[in-house]
Parts: sequence; structure tokens; C-alpha cells
Amino acid sequence: MSLAGEDTALLPEADAYEQRAFGFWLYLMSDAIIFALLFATYLVMAGNTAGGPAGSDLFSLPHTLGETLLLLTSSLTFGLASVAMDAGRRPQLLAWLAVTFVLGLGFVAMEIREFHGMIIQGAGPDRSGFLSAFFTLVGTHGLHVSAGLVFILVMITQVIAKELSQPVSSRLLRLGLFWHFLDIVWIGIFSAVYLPGIL
Amino acid sequence: MEMRILGRLTADALPFYSWVAVGGAVVTVLGFLTVVGVITWLGKWRYLWNEWLTSLDHKRIGIMYVVVALVMLLRGFVDAIMMRAQQAFALNSDGYLPPEHFDQIFSSHGTIMIFFMAMPFLTGLINIIVPQQIGARDVAFPFMNSVSLWLTAAGASLVLVSLVIGRFSTAGWSGYPPYSGAEYNPGVGVDYWIWAIQASGIGTTLSGINFIVTILKRRAPGMRLMRMPLFCWTALASSILMIFAFPALTVATATLALDRIFGMHFFTNAEGGNMMNYTNLFWIWGHPEVYILILPAFGIYSEVVANFSAKRLFGYTSLVYATMTIALLSFTVWLHHFFTMGASANVNAFFGIATMVIAVPTGVKVFDWLMTMFRGRITFHPSMLWTLGFIVTFVIGGMTGVLLALPPVNYLVHNSTFLVAHFHNMLIPGALFGYFAGYMYWFPKAFGFTLEARWGKRAFWCWIIGFYLAFMPLYVLGFMGMARRTEHYDIAAWQPLLIVAALGALVVLAGITSLVIQLITSIRNRDNARDLTGDPWDGRTLEWLTASPPAPYNFAILPQVWDIDAFHDMKRRSVAYARPERYEDILLPKNSGAGVVLGGLAFTFGFAVVWHIWWAAIAALIAILGTAVARSFRDRTEFRLPAGEVKEIEDRRLRDLAKGGAI
Amino acid sequence: MENAEAAAGRKLKSYLTGYGLALVLTAIPFGIAASGFLPRGTALFVIGTAALIQVLVHLRYFLQLRLRSASPERLLATAFAAVLIVIMIGGSLWIMFNLHYRMWV
Repeated sequence: MSLAGEDTALLPEADAYEQRAFGFWLYLMSDAIIFALLFATYLVMAGNTAGGPAGSDLFSLPHTLGETLLLLTSSLTFGLASVAMDAGRRPQLLAWLAVTFVLGLGFVAMEIREFHGMIIQGAGPDRSGFLSAFFTLVGTHGLHVSAGLVFILVMITQVIAKELSQPVSSRLLRLGLFWHFLDIVWIGIFSAVYLPGIL
Repeated sequence: MEMRILGRLTADALPFYSWVAVGGAVVTVLGFLTVVGVITWLGKWRYLWNEWLTSLDHKRIGIMYVVVALVMLLRGFVDAIMMRAQQAFALNSDGYLPPEHFDQIFSSHGTIMIFFMAMPFLTGLINIIVPQQIGARDVAFPFMNSVSLWLTAAGASLVLVSLVIGRFSTAGWSGYPPYSGAEYNPGVGVDYWIWAIQASGIGTTLSGINFIVTILKRRAPGMRLMRMPLFCWTALASSILMIFAFPALTVATATLALDRIFGMHFFTNAEGGNMMNYTNLFWIWGHPEVYILILPAFGIYSEVVANFSAKRLFGYTSLVYATMTIALLSFTVWLHHFFTMGASANVNAFFGIATMVIAVPTGVKVFDWLMTMFRGRITFHPSMLWTLGFIVTFVIGGMTGVLLALPPVNYLVHNSTFLVAHFHNMLIPGALFGYFAGYMYWFPKAFGFTLEARWGKRAFWCWIIGFYLAFMPLYVLGFMGMARRTEHYDIAAWQPLLIVAALGALVVLAGITSLVIQLITSIRNRDNARDLTGDPWDGRTLEWLTASPPAPYNFAILPQVWDIDAFHDMKRRSVAYARPERYEDILLPKNSGAGVVLGGLAFTFGFAVVWHIWWAAIAALIAILGTAVARSFRDRTEFRLPAGEVKEIEDRRLRDLAKGGAI
Repeated sequence: MENAEAAAGRKLKSYLTGYGLALVLTAIPFGIAASGFLPRGTALFVIGTAALIQVLVHLRYFLQLRLRSASPERLLATAFAAVLIVIMIGGSLWIMFNLHYRMWV
């Protein structure tokens, strides 16, 4: 800890961090309801192709598998980062955070490529109710992952600038909750959107 | 495509389409300028900024919430009386309001009363009182509390600005597509509505998280869950509903916005849209929302009825279980808001029965309140009058609700003024009367002097008489077939009843005037009505242990709790004001202007999206992100209040207690 | 120090176990979708079951949410969210497909 000489009493008490983690968990639950309703909306509208392309015309199994593996592996590398954090090994922590960032970036890039490809072949979100629901559900998840990437960059900066103080590690903990949560949402997406669409 | 720096904002946005609308705009602008002028004249900007706007003290944030609520109550009531006047006149004539303007008024009335009157009112009361009731020094996340407040203020400002620049929605407070879609409603009105409730909705979700963590994690030693005052329980239930129900509103309005802005097809007529899903999503939020509004009022009634009957609350445990049961059941009844959409008898029957089941725990509560009063020593404080008025009136509303829960009856009266009468009959006594009871009960706690009772009682009588006059005729009109939101009509038999309803609105106006007079005379006479002890009503719960107004830290020493009525128990054992051997330093949240900044940016974002000023919307989003990131680098958000200062404050407090005769 | 290292070891093991299970539970549904030898109804059932199990795996091994966890509030919040998700998705599908059946057919 690098706080020697500073007024450490001005940092929140230890259970304040536990409260923040719990508050963040509640936010995730609230977010889970948002995704649940987007899933419900997608399932209601999945058949409303309005004469346009359906899932089987648009989805690619290898592409979705690639995205899934990137995100899943990034969950593991984030876990390795948090193990390094617990052990106080800063270089390792930074390295694993960087790997997680690259994997997440790869995921977002693949999603953008997929969306772009669909839009240029006339299967954009304004084509049909089905596609509106598809782009909104998957896009909302993608936006969350992008926000997570920004969050990772912020935390890399903080770990470099502030070392592993208690406030920093408590933020990393919450980032971890966020990142793993997004992986769970993605399980829902490939199981309810892509695989049934391809079947 | 033509690129315009101000999007679709032009001089045509000024409301010259009707003289009434011009009047509304002028009053709004003048009101704003008057407030700014008075603050400047008094030289109070610095004080306002340092002591209030940037304050993270839960009590100050709560007071600011209530101020927003009262201002918006006036605005919402002006809408109400304008509608009543229009309908009283508009037999075989156009009345004085053009249809387009009448539609804006009923839309803004509902939107304002739900989102910007009732929500801030209850959030404010919870903020001021709950931390004190559980023996805490602040909420769990003081900064987030400020962000919530300013997001709500941003939403309210968007509604107010729509009076001057552009128009408000004409699609009703529930904004059903396809009418609220771009095809039939291409103007800015629906967009104002969407972004106002998005901003305040995010604020509400954050408030919900804040209150849950505060109540579950910040209780004083010995304050077990089953020792919490009932208001804390209802605040907890309401907060749980906030974080789990508001996402549905977010999804419904966000997807509507995607339809409107990007031409998507969630709810359109063509291209595979399904407008009925909007109704489904909207009411997944909408029904729990009713309980978000009503449960805290139930909590207030429970506190008030026990206090002014000088008895312990009857059936505490059953009230707790009833509250939590209602919270869960409120998620299982949403279809009763659209029985007539065409679902099968099985679906309607399921939701009809679920709706009737929810009346059971509510009935339990009514009996508990009655039994609390039974053989109690009742003081007829104005708060107690609001409570009694509520019990009688709410039961009537509940019975019309059970009628509406029967799908066949619902088919007969849906979309009629019967429905309007029913939900006002639930929400005015069930929510607003409760907030008024809380306002008059806790006012001395917030400001250090009591409100004058005489004008409080007059306000109550005007409100309750006005309520019956205004809404009982609407039940009858509903049976006579009058549709809600009617701008003019040609059935002569309706007019006498509509005139009675308009007179009722005037009586309510007298009630609102009484509230204003009560506030003014009480402020004038405050020196004669000082609350020196902090316990003006011989209270039973911990908020009466603190000074009025409380020290910034509420409790110099966190209280030890042994009983449900913790403070009553302390007074009985004569340990309430015991002086500790020594005081310790206390950490308190530092002020922060970031909440105000985020609120301002949210307003900018909303306004820019409404008018399609894309560069400003993107800039505001980036600034919001930047502010959040910058804030995340702050580790030390508290300051230390030294023990010496605490001792000074507490010594003053003990002198006041002696002067007030409490010790 | 000994304890901290043991805890780190346990955590590492937890992530690796979770990753392994997740890979298997991902391979099954993708394999089914790729081969297409199961009838559609059965395939959807297996995909759904694998997803449900994988969500539990993630909660247990990545989010460290345990039945006997130190934070019962967190568990309770998650359980309540799960109940509501079932009510909201189930209710929406029931209502909307019931309407669909009566309106469009």
C-alpha cells in the first residue's frame, strides 16, 4: 500500500466497499431485467420477418462460435487478473487486463463486422420487426461490452497511477462482476437467438 | 439530406398556435426569471450552490426532492383544473382549448403527477427520514443520491421546457403506439415525453439501489430487520420494485425511441411491428409502479396512526408480511390494464384472479390500522386527518378496483371516466394524502419548527371534499358511457355532472391554497413554533431522537436498539438523551458539483435528441462519460468532522433539550 | 501468507473449472446446431438446458456466488431477479402468443 503518510482514515471503512459491491450487484440485477425484456421482445418478434431475411439467411455458426470463444476466454483471463490482484502482482494483473481487453475488443470487432455485413445486404434494423429486435438485443449487449472495455482502460490507468490501493481493487472487483455478467447474457444470446435461428 | 446545426429547431417551435399555450409559456418563463431574479437580488447564489445544490447530505437532497414535487404539483394541478374547465364548458361547443392543446394537457398532467410529483415526493421523504429511522448517518451512496436528484430535475426541466419550446406529447401519459409512433406523431412532443421519463427513470433506479443498500447494510446496532419502523419496510419494498420494474419502462420507451429515430419496427403497423408488445412492456412497469407510489404512503400512515394513537402499531408482523407480499404480487397482475386487448378468457381469468388476491394483504393492512386506533388516545393532528380520510376513501377505491378486476365488467367500463375515477380514487388518498401526512408530520424534523395545524386541517377538508365532488361524478359518467380524454361532447345529460366535477377541482384549489397559506404563516410564526427537543409529537421511532433539524451526522453516537419502537423504549428507560463520555471524529461526504453537472448534461442530451441536434447529443454523451470517469479517480470523498466540533454541536443540543424541558 | 496462497490457488482452480465446464456446455449446443441430427423441438430443449446449466456454472465459478455464501443478500437478490425474469419472460410470451393466435390466425 502506498498510502503511508496520507490520512487513511479518510478512506471509506472496509464495509463500505462491501456495500458498493452489493449496490453494484443490484444494478446488475436491474440490468438483467432489461436484457430479459429484450429477450422476451425478440422471442415475440422472431417470426416477424415481413418478407425479409430470417435468421437462417443471416447467421453464421462459425462466426458466432468465434465470438463466444473470445468472450468466454476473456472471462477466464479476467479471473486470472483477479487472482494476480489478490496476490498483489501488479505486472501480471496489468498483463491479464490487457489480454482481456484485446479479447473483448476482438469480440466487438467481430460484432461490428457482422452488423455491417447485414446492413449492406439490406438486412438492417429498419428492415423488419425481427431485425429491429435482433439488432437492439445484440447491440445492447455489444454496447455493454464496449462500456466494459472503457472501464478496463480506466482501471489499467488507475492500477498504473495509483497502485493497488483498496479503492482501486474494489473497483476492479466490480469490473469483474460486470464482465462476467456480460458473459452470462451472451449465453442467452447464442442460445435464444443464433442457434435457434440456424436450426 | 439537409444538415442543420440546430436540427429541427426553428422559430416555429414557439407556441403561437393558441393563446392559452402562449399564456402557459409566458407564465413559465416569468416564473423562472422571478426565481433567478429573487436569488440574485438576495445575493444567495453562492449560499445556494454551496449549501444546497452541491450538498450530499441526505436530508438536504430529500428537501430538494420535495421542493421539486411541490412545484410540479402546482403545474400538474393547473393542467387538471384546465381539463375540468374545458369539459364543463364543452357541450356542443369547442370550449376554450383546441383539441391538440387539450391532448397535451392530459398527457402532461399524468406524466407530471406520476413521474415528477409523486416520485420525487416519496423519494424525498424516504431520503430525509429513512436514514434517521434506522440510526444511520447518511445513505450508502451520498454522491449517487445527488446524481439521482439531478437526473429527476433534468427530466422535470424537459417537461417544463416543452411548454415554451415546441410542444408536449399528445399521446397520453402512457404513450401507446402506433399513435405515439413517428408515422402519426412526427413532432417533438412524444420525444420530450420519452426523454423526460428516461432521465428520471435512471435516477429512480439509482435511488432504489441506494435505499436498498442503506436499509440492508447501514442499520444501527440492534436494529434487526423485524425491529425496523414500518416506513423503512415500505421504503425497502418500494425500492425493490424500483430496481426491478423500471427496466421495463426503460425498454418500452427506448424501443419506442428507436422506432421514432431510426425507423425501426418494434411497434409500427407494418413491417412486422407488434404494437401490443408495447402495452405489455409498459404495464410490466406500470403495475408495480402503482405500489412504488402507494407503499411508502402506507408506511407513513402506519407511523402516523401509531404515533397519534399513542400506541404500538397493531399487527406489526402482519403489516411487514402484507407489504412484502404486495411487492411480489404486484409483478403478477399487469395484464389487468389491458383486459380488452383480446387475450383469451383463460389469460384474462388468471390475471383477474391474481388482481383480486392482491386486495387481501391490503385488507389486512386496513384492519391493522383500525385496530391500532381502537382504544388508543387519538390526537387529531392534521396528519391523522389525512390518515382517516385515506382509510375511508381508499376502501371505496379498492372496491371499484375489484369491479374492474372482473374482465366482463372491465369490458363495459374500460377507457371510460369510471377508470379515471378509480385510479384517482386509489392514488390521491393512497399516495398523495400519505405524502401530505408525512409532510406535516416530519416538517419540524426537516426545518426545526412545526407547521400550523389550523390551515393544515382546512387543507385536508378542502382536499377531501373536493376529491369526492370531483371524482364521484366521474364514476357515474363512466356508467353513462363517457370516454376518458373527451375534448367536447353533445350529450346534455353529462354536463351537470361535469360542472360538479369542475367545482370539486375548485375546492381542491382551495385546499392547495390552504397548503400555501399554512406554509407562509408557519414560516412567519416560526419563532413561536420552534421544536427545541426534536420530538414534537412524543414520537416512537429513532428519527425523533435527533435534533430538529438534525446535525449533519444525525447521531453523534450511533444508537443501540432494543425494541420495535426504539425511541419510545429509550425514553421509557430514560436513556434517550444520555451524554456519552467522549465524542469521536465523524466522516461525512464532501460536497460535489458533479451531480449538478451530470443532471445538466442529461438535460442537454435529452433536449438535443428531441430536436435532432446530433452533434450536441454526442458531445453531451461524451461529457457524461468523461465526468463519470473523472469521478471514478476520486478515492477520498469524505471529510473529517473533529470530535471537538461534534461536542460543540451536541452541547448546544443539550442546552436546547433542557430549554425544551426534555431533560 | 500460507492462507492467502491457498485462497489464490482455490480461486484459480475455480476459474479453470468454470472455463472447462463452460467450454463443454458451449460445445454441446453448437454441435447440435451444426449437425442438425436432432428434431427441432428436442434440439431446442437441449440448447436451453445447456444454457441454463452454463448460467449456473458462471454464477458459481466466475461470479463466486455460492449457496452458503458470505452475502445472503446477494443470493436473495439474485433469486428474486430469477423469479421475476421467469414471470416477465414467461408472462410476456404467454400473453403475446395468445394474442397472436387470436388476432392473426
